[in-house]
Amino acid sequence: MSDTSKRAMAAPGIRRSKAEAVNAAETRELYKKREPIYPKLAHGKFRSLKWLIMAVTLGVYYLVPFLRWDRGEGAPDQAVLIDFAGRRFYFFFIEIWPQEIYYVTGLLILAALGLFLATALFGRVWCGYACPQTVWTDLFIWVERAFEGDRNARMRLDRAPWSLEKAWRKTGKHAVWLIIALATGGAWILYFHDAYETLGNFFTGQAAPSSYLFAGMLTFTTYTLAGTMREQVCTYMCPWPRIQAAMTDREALNVTYRVDRGEPRGAHKKGDTWEGRGDCIDCKQCVAVCPMGIDIRDGAQLECIQCALCIDACDDIMRKVDRPTGLITYETDDNVDRFQRGEEPRYRFVRARTLVYAVAFAIVAAVMLGALIARSELELNSQRDRNPNYVRLSDGSVRNGYTLKVVNKANRARTLDLVIEGDPAIGARVLGAPDAAPMLLEVGPDRTRDFVIYLTLPAAAIDGPREEFAFRVTDRTTGETAATPSMIITGADE
Amino acid sequence: MSADEHDVERDAHSGTQTTGHEWDGIKELDTPLPRWWLWVFYASVAWSVVYMIFMPAWPALPGLAGETDHTRGLRDHSERANVAQAMEELQASRAGGYAALEGASIQEIENDPDLLGFVRAAGEAAFGDNCATCHGSGAQGAPGYPNLNDDVWLWGGTYGDIRTTLRVGIRAEHPDTRFSQMPSFGRDDLLTGSEIADVTDYVLSLSGRGEASDDVIARGREIYDIQCASCHMEDGSGDPMQGAPNLADRNWLYGSQRQQVIGIIHRGPYGVMPAWEGRLDEATIDALAAYVYLLGGGEEEGAANRLTGR
Repeated sequence: MSDTSKRAMAAPGIRRSKAEAVNAAETRELYKKREPIYPKLAHGKFRSLKWLIMAVTLGVYYLVPFLRWDRGEGAPDQAVLIDFAGRRFYFFFIEIWPQEIYYVTGLLILAALGLFLATALFGRVWCGYACPQTVWTDLFIWVERAFEGDRNARMRLDRAPWSLEKAWRKTGKHAVWLIIALATGGAWILYFHDAYETLGNFFTGQAAPSSYLFAGMLTFTTYTLAGTMREQVCTYMCPWPRIQAAMTDREALNVTYRVDRGEPRGAHKKGDTWEGRGDCIDCKQCVAVCPMGIDIRDGAQLECIQCALCIDACDDIMRKVDRPTGLITYETDDNVDRFQRGEEPRYRFVRARTLVYAVAFAIVAAVMLGALIARSELELNSQRDRNPNYVRLSDGSVRNGYTLKVVNKANRARTLDLVIEGDPAIGARVLGAPDAAPMLLEVGPDRTRDFVIYLTLPAAAIDGPREEFAFRVTDRTTGETAATPSMIITGADE
Repeated sequence: MSADEHDVERDAHSGTQTTGHEWDGIKELDTPLPRWWLWVFYASVAWSVVYMIFMPAWPALPGLAGETDHTRGLRDHSERANVAQAMEELQASRAGGYAALEGASIQEIENDPDLLGFVRAAGEAAFGDNCATCHGSGAQGAPGYPNLNDDVWLWGGTYGDIRTTLRVGIRAEHPDTRFSQMPSFGRDDLLTGSEIADVTDYVLSLSGRGEASDDVIARGREIYDIQCASCHMEDGSGDPMQGAPNLADRNWLYGSQRQQVIGIIHRGPYGVMPAWEGRLDEATIDALAAYVYLLGGGEEEGAANRLTGR
């Protein structure tokens, strides 16, 4: 094999990799087909950290639908469930109704601010460790490596003519990819229906058509995005790299090549002195392990997802040539400049930018927490009929119609006493209420019920164009109460 | 022509290849279409072919494609048939509600939350289609067209009364239609102008209106007792058996101004409501009657006081 026998040596015992930064902006050609990237397996603390994060995030994603949470009779017992049919969102002890979607908005704002803060402190940690694209691509490369071997073996296999061995390795890889993709799409729908029930229904063809549609869509996207598109998703499709570039600054810890230590780079021969030259032996291991197909030594660039695998690869080499590790490391741009000037590094995690994000995060979190604590399980809304605006009866009294919406968020039926707080002359009639208890409202568990209510103001009590009052309901058992103001339009002149 | 065969000229600023065309020193960049875009384009072309095979797509000469003027496609798709089917399904979905409504008393309807909801929805829809033209979308009425929200009923306001009125209509083409006629006292020279004015003043005084002198009211009362009391009753309380309105209440179908009342006595009103039997099925009439009843003014069967309703 030419690429192993004749390859230049970077240092004694260390061959220079032929890896090229094929995805670097400088070398990418618009008309050229995508050049495949064959990331080499790295070993080290960041690789281990990434395996751990992958296990945790995928574990959470695949297993959370199976967690149970007892909510009592009649309510679903799935811990995390987005129940579109029942119009409820369950998250452990939290139950959200459609009109409370602002909780989700708040959660998204928190997520965004958290991301801004993390980016200002540590650069694109989201991209490098937690982004689903990164995690699933990592998993898919792991499968690829299991079937086709590491970088060199994979390149050899791709160049080799078709054979039985190549066929089974490729088929096996794609088959496992598809199984993972299906599991990913399958797990997605489990968040929207009862997980155990849906799992059975899915394979017997009894699940909802939408389940198959979404499972199919996510199977397809997982397979293509993580299997075949990979770094192109980050480079071309994702807006986040562009946004994150504005979030990070010269004082954020980014995966950085220490130019001050590394240059001038060059091969190191046995016995040569390290004086007057850089520590970089130009072995290109950082390029070989890079899943994005770039050269970190070119500096910060849009294509870099900051997965830190080049740190592991370089540290490995530095130990072999007996130089200090950290030639590629988490460092700030400002500090690299300081190193070049021979100054001491300085780290400022508390800066205007991080403070603003942190304070904004704290405020939003506090507001959301307050809203969650103050959330009432009994709500009242009234809507006065506008058509007709009021009805004048034959004896001169005036009647208005109302729709009273009683929202019972508790998982138990409620018996409520309705009171009209205002002029005692107001006569009330609840449509459908029994004669024996004309002001009693019954609302089932976890339900909203509309009541049609007619209020009549006698002619003698009319003293203006409108008469203000409030509906109040009180739970007979718990004493919980809710009220909503309204008015009677009388049709009288000012 | 591949890029290798030519010296590709690159724009110095953007690094993009140029087409080689030049106008006044300005060269055109040759930015390629994104590959994904191309694939979507090709997929759309392929999809259009599939679509034309399976769905109606081509105009056809008369007679070649059955009753339509276009090819039907392999799926034999018809939006018209889909609408018909959807309407059938809709009717089927309502069947349960209508079945429960049949023979139910108004108390049963009111006390069953599901049935109450069904009646209010189905009734409102049918009302909007058939009744709102005259009675208004909120059943609030207009001069000459009664407000159905209030407690005034010319022909009775029980559930049964309202159903009957809907079925047979008022002065309509139905053998059992509700019928009565107030004479045109002025037009047919039954009363003179001054007599009409006097009786108007008396009628207004029944509900505490008008500022006529006692003499005028006394004269008017004499005429009223002879001409009007047989239908509108001596005390002016009216008679729902004859559709004769209560003249002593605050409600005026044709307006409460003196001139408006004089006009009505002069020409005699002749309000007409169509008979809905035959136009609407019984179930819809039931739903409409219950809806109108539950607008708030319905009268209980055998209610002691017709005026106050419930």
